[in-house]
Amino acid sequence: MASDTSRFLSVRDDQGTLRVSVADAWTLDAAIALNDEMRALAARGASSVSLDGSGLTALDSAGAWVLGRTLRALSERGAAVQIDGLRDDYRALLEKTEIGGLDIPFSIPRRPALVGLLERTGTSAVSTFHTGVDLLGFLGLTLVTLGRILTGRARLRWIALLRQVEAVGFDALPIVGLLCFLVGVVLAYMGALQLQRFGASILTVNLVGVSVLREIGVLLTAIIVAGRSGSAFTAQIGTMKVNQEVDAMETLGLSPVDVLVIPRLVALFIALPLLVFFGDMLGLIGGAVISVLYLDLSFGQFLVQLKDAVDFWDFGTGMIKAPVFAYVIALVSCHQGLQVSGSAESVGTRTTASVVQSIFLVIVLDAVFAIFFAELGI
Amino acid sequence: MSPAELMAATDDTVDAAIRVRGLRTQFGVQVIHDGLDLTVRRGEVLGVVGGSGTGKSVLMRTIIGLQRPASGDIELLGERITASAGTPATRRLQGRFGMMFQDGALFSSQTVAQNIQAPMRERGGIPGDLMDELARLKVQMVGLPPEAGAKYPSELSGGMRKRASLARALALDPQVVFLDEPTAGLDPIGAAAFDELIRDLQASLNLTVVMVTHDLDSLATICDRIAVLIDKKIIVDTLEALTRHPHPWIQDYFHGPRARAAFTPGRTEE
Repeated sequence: MASDTSRFLSVRDDQGTLRVSVADAWTLDAAIALNDEMRALAARGASSVSLDGSGLTALDSAGAWVLGRTLRALSERGAAVQIDGLRDDYRALLEKTEIGGLDIPFSIPRRPALVGLLERTGTSAVSTFHTGVDLLGFLGLTLVTLGRILTGRARLRWIALLRQVEAVGFDALPIVGLLCFLVGVVLAYMGALQLQRFGASILTVNLVGVSVLREIGVLLTAIIVAGRSGSAFTAQIGTMKVNQEVDAMETLGLSPVDVLVIPRLVALFIALPLLVFFGDMLGLIGGAVISVLYLDLSFGQFLVQLKDAVDFWDFGTGMIKAPVFAYVIALVSCHQGLQVSGSAESVGTRTTASVVQSIFLVIVLDAVFAIFFAELGI
Repeated sequence: MSPAELMAATDDTVDAAIRVRGLRTQFGVQVIHDGLDLTVRRGEVLGVVGGSGTGKSVLMRTIIGLQRPASGDIELLGERITASAGTPATRRLQGRFGMMFQDGALFSSQTVAQNIQAPMRERGGIPGDLMDELARLKVQMVGLPPEAGAKYPSELSGGMRKRASLARALALDPQVVFLDEPTAGLDPIGAAAFDELIRDLQASLNLTVVMVTHDLDSLATICDRIAVLIDKKIIVDTLEALTRHPHPWIQDYFHGPRARAAFTPGRTEE
């Protein structure tokens, strides 16, 4: 620092004795300005040091630290240190700056980039594996609990269930409907543009019908629900975990799986197929609107063509996937919610993980279903 | 200023760290403070007491500008407070006061050392090596072991979190420190140690301390004066004078069985 420090400090070498006088206000500003200079002074060494503190008008812990650090360093190098004219309270503060454990690492050591990268890769691979194993265990736990409910040995919480159906199902109708409608519009529009070139624009109806019913409707809805309700499940359960509400529940003899997980799981199991059906219909309507506007079809002709283009199994394959996706989304998000520990940051991390994992699993399962149905020939 | 001089000075002549005049705060129709006056003298430890819901924390938050009063003037270290961050006054005050929140309010994604350095980084201009050393100094001053610096708040006990939070409040050597229930949730030994720590730091750093507390021992041992929030106003006096105050709530407070145990003469003399 280039600022003038002469008002704080003057050093005079008097036949081997370092006469140091300090003056003015030794506060944080002074400490910053004097940091380098005092280090140099400490490195200089002397046979004896005499400090005159009579001119000091203020001293805070930062100033005291820089002064104390220097005096201790000089004394360690064999100098006899004598302090004069320092007020008693300043002297007491100066003594307080003598701290131990300077060799104990004070921050988490940063590793070299490559080692860090390898370490993170390894950690995430291992933790992914553990998450997978845990998730299977959790799947078992929910199935057993559902079994106990079905055989009448545990109670289903109807009010919680209905509230969840409303939150994840009914409240999601507008957004699911709108997005499916728009995707239907886009599909039909793009299809019409391409198919017109072959004079086969009527096949736009087939394109929209088959793709919406088989894939788009269910996939889009599942992804919206994973982002909308899956994240909410994780954040709700996670925050309850941070507030120790989950612990409180257990001490009251309530199982968090019964109270928190099962209602959400069953609610999504009921609501997602209904949402998918709704999304399918809106997607088809989107296609119909474009067909009527751009292909000069009447709405009746659209329906006739659609009836020829799709059979029951186009609709069926889509609908079969819905409850499976629902189960996966609820399972992953509740599992992640229960994994939250301690901090607010953990809620955020787990919510992100929950959405990423459920969307990933939904798309992987969708691919598995596609192969499965292809093999079955439906 | 000696204690005798402090006592002799009147509110208007005294060198005030905080001056509150005619403060009124309200939430909706609910009035918390009405016409509240308070003067905190430089270098004193002021304990703030009051029943639940009398607005002890609200008063503190209003003084440091986290909440806007409905009316009234607040002066903190000679700067008028307005409840909006980033105004010149609040920037000038940056680093001149510290606040320790009830549950610590440490940043959970940062280590203790990073928490303590957060105000230093915000201030800017402090060399990295000095910043590390100062953080170590604060950790030692609040009585934490040096190993605590590299730990995350979730790895600390409640008492250690409070100490770490105090270290963060002291990071830039403030002149005024606000403490919200510093000893709540600590065991009696930990609470006594914390009291001693506050007294100690107050003396060596010449701090002005305003602390909300329900800890009768803290009131008896470390507070120079006590402010009682009552009937939307505040009554400030020494412990001795307050025990003779005729108000029924104050009588109850300072003459209840717990108070008698804490204030028995001779017990506070260590």
